[in-house]
Amino acid sequence: MSKNTEFVKFDKVDKSYDGKVLVVKDLNLNISEGEFITMLGPSGSGKTTCLMMLAGFETPTNGEIYLDSNPISNIPPHKRGIGMVFQNYALFPHMTVYENLAFPLRVRKVQKDEIDKKVDKALSMVSLSGFESRMPAQLSGGQQQRVAVARALVFDPAVVLMDEPLGALDKNLRESMQYEIKHIHENIGVTVVYVTHDQGEALTMSNRIAVFNDGKVQQLSSPDKLYEEPVNSFVAEFIGENNTFGGEVTDISKDVCKVKLQNGEILANPVSVNSKGDKTTVSIRPERALINPKDKMDNNQTGKIEEVIYHGDHTRVRLDLLGNKEFILKVPNSSNQLDLKLGNEIKVGWNSQDARALDPK
Amino acid sequence: MSSETKQILTTDGIPLEISLKKAERKNKIKAFLLVAPLLLFLIITYIFPIGEMFTRSIDDKMITNMLPKTFKSMETWDGKELPSEEVFTSFLSDFKILVEKKEHGKLAQRLNKEKNGFNTITKKLFRQVKRNKIDETQSIKEQIMKVHKRWRNVEYWQAIKRTAPPYTSAKYLKAMDMYLNEDNKITQVSEDRRIHRILWLRTVEVAFFVTVFCFLMGYPIAHLLATLPMKYSNLLMICVLLPFWTSLLVRTASWMILLQQQGVVNDFFVLIGLVSDDNRPEMMYNKVGTYVAMTQILLPFMVLPLYSVMKTISPSLMRAGKSLGGTPFVAFWKVYFPLTIPGIGAGCLLVFILAIGYYITPALVGGASGTLISNQIAYHMKTTLDWSFASAMGLMLLGGVLVIYWLYNKLVGVDNIKLG
Repeated sequence: MSKNTEFVKFDKVDKSYDGKVLVVKDLNLNISEGEFITMLGPSGSGKTTCLMMLAGFETPTNGEIYLDSNPISNIPPHKRGIGMVFQNYALFPHMTVYENLAFPLRVRKVQKDEIDKKVDKALSMVSLSGFESRMPAQLSGGQQQRVAVARALVFDPAVVLMDEPLGALDKNLRESMQYEIKHIHENIGVTVVYVTHDQGEALTMSNRIAVFNDGKVQQLSSPDKLYEEPVNSFVAEFIGENNTFGGEVTDISKDVCKVKLQNGEILANPVSVNSKGDKTTVSIRPERALINPKDKMDNNQTGKIEEVIYHGDHTRVRLDLLGNKEFILKVPNSSNQLDLKLGNEIKVGWNSQDARALDPK
Repeated sequence: MSSETKQILTTDGIPLEISLKKAERKNKIKAFLLVAPLLLFLIITYIFPIGEMFTRSIDDKMITNMLPKTFKSMETWDGKELPSEEVFTSFLSDFKILVEKKEHGKLAQRLNKEKNGFNTITKKLFRQVKRNKIDETQSIKEQIMKVHKRWRNVEYWQAIKRTAPPYTSAKYLKAMDMYLNEDNKITQVSEDRRIHRILWLRTVEVAFFVTVFCFLMGYPIAHLLATLPMKYSNLLMICVLLPFWTSLLVRTASWMILLQQQGVVNDFFVLIGLVSDDNRPEMMYNKVGTYVAMTQILLPFMVLPLYSVMKTISPSLMRAGKSLGGTPFVAFWKVYFPLTIPGIGAGCLLVFILAIGYYITPALVGGASGTLISNQIAYHMKTTLDWSFASAMGLMLLGGVLVIYWLYNKLVGVDNIKLG
């Protein structure tokens, strides 16, 4: 069975609430069948609006959304057959776990024994068998979350939407739930559209991530590509940590360019600069800059240690380097400790490939 | 067990358990002192008056104190034949004391209530006593029986005996259109005199329908209040509360202006051709007026508890219901509505209890067919001055409310009430 790569398709979708400001601008997005796609972005970036349009609680101002090639803008939410997990779980507080899970099946007039079977299966999937007769208020946050996931999946929807479902959980529980949801997705192969503002969550769980900002998808790619090859300075800034230098391109060839900074000059990878004189922001991941490099590096600079913060598995070092006082280095915790003292001068090197010259901020 | 074998002591050697109890007792006393003024207030303004009402409603001590010897000697009388000489003697001695205290009129009045005809014969006896016509050396029975032929009738003596107990249920029976007949059996009054039962039924009926109307109108309003954005909902809330800030009398009077036959509503009906000018419907001084005005006045009591409950229901629950495949109606009926039941219970109970004792509005717009039991109570309080009867009816009303509360508790559970 070949997978439909346009299982869910946003086609030139605009959305405005007040007729003045577009919260979603000209959105084109294809989601293939069985994919786990995450919409990631700061609050107000339009990601939840997109989810609500897909669920049917908002209508697009312009454009059309297709589900399995059928336009769905005029189909009310209850006929779309899309499961949804809400931010605050939205379990029905007056129903038991069983009744909560049976609700989508009962409204579909499924036979009683069939309902029992499906509820059983869904509960064992989230390892909550035996909790049928509990009320939601008798469950912990994590258990409520799992019931919500089971309820969204119990009627075998084609697509499941999750709107920041782990936001209310504590850190440890959130992490274990991330893996659990990921495993459920892998086991049953349902298409998942997941909304979050937590990049760690997005990177762990997704097949692809759509980074939203200002109503637009800034970049849509797999987690590793997104982290290592951000296409613009917003994505570079938003995903992971990032050291930046503002400057001007003075020389450019195919895969290297020279960028003149306020006090100094570095070699960088021209990602979104084309010609001499372009303004640019150069972005370097902290872990790509090495202290006292043994191999030959394209860029070798000396910086002064401004701050040292111990993080257990690594130590963060803040340097004053080429006029940037916020240059962060991550030094792994190893047995041969370096002499990291405030005020010391330190040698730092990185390759031009890892210094990405992006659009200016 | 380790806790038994080894007692934990505080630093000064007292067992921890005891000093903890001491500390807690202090706290309990403090807490009690804090609520004491309220408790006292409740006792003085609520429990005491109700107790007073109750004793007043069943009190029949007056006559018991007037004829102590008579009732004492009547204890052995079987009540079939005329009583013995002894009863007549003690009755006369009781009566003479009353004459001295000038209280014989009261006795006549009280006995006349028990059986018609006592007024005349008591007066006749009074005259004989006053003129010292009764010779105590001769048979008193014979002399009293000569005063009036009714004194020879055993039924009148039976009536006197019936008044002996210091307590009576007569007022309660009267409120139910019943009385104790000569054989001490509960009997109904004749059909044309049964007015109270109609009033009770009408009161319950009006309270029930007012509650239903308030619910039907209040539910959508409360829902709108709970879901509208803040700036609109505040405005709407003021509209709901506005009647609260207007005097009850003013509101009722304005309904009189609206509903009368030459009033605004009738004018409007004639204008749009719903009714002809010479056939204007009567909307006031009957049940319609009572319904309309009471529903409007009691509406906030329905809206507020509903609103406070609906406010706590997350809108995502309805969305969840719909996204799981429920039609908007199913999502409402299976998800939203059950969650509002605590508010419905509180609102209905509140409106029903207020409506069942409502007084001013039915008095002003109710007319003859729209007055309720509370108006009857007020009538006996102010006009006939039969306070014990008014007390009895008031207590029956209170009992009815308690029964409804009990029923509600059985059906829904009081801990499910949410007043706000």
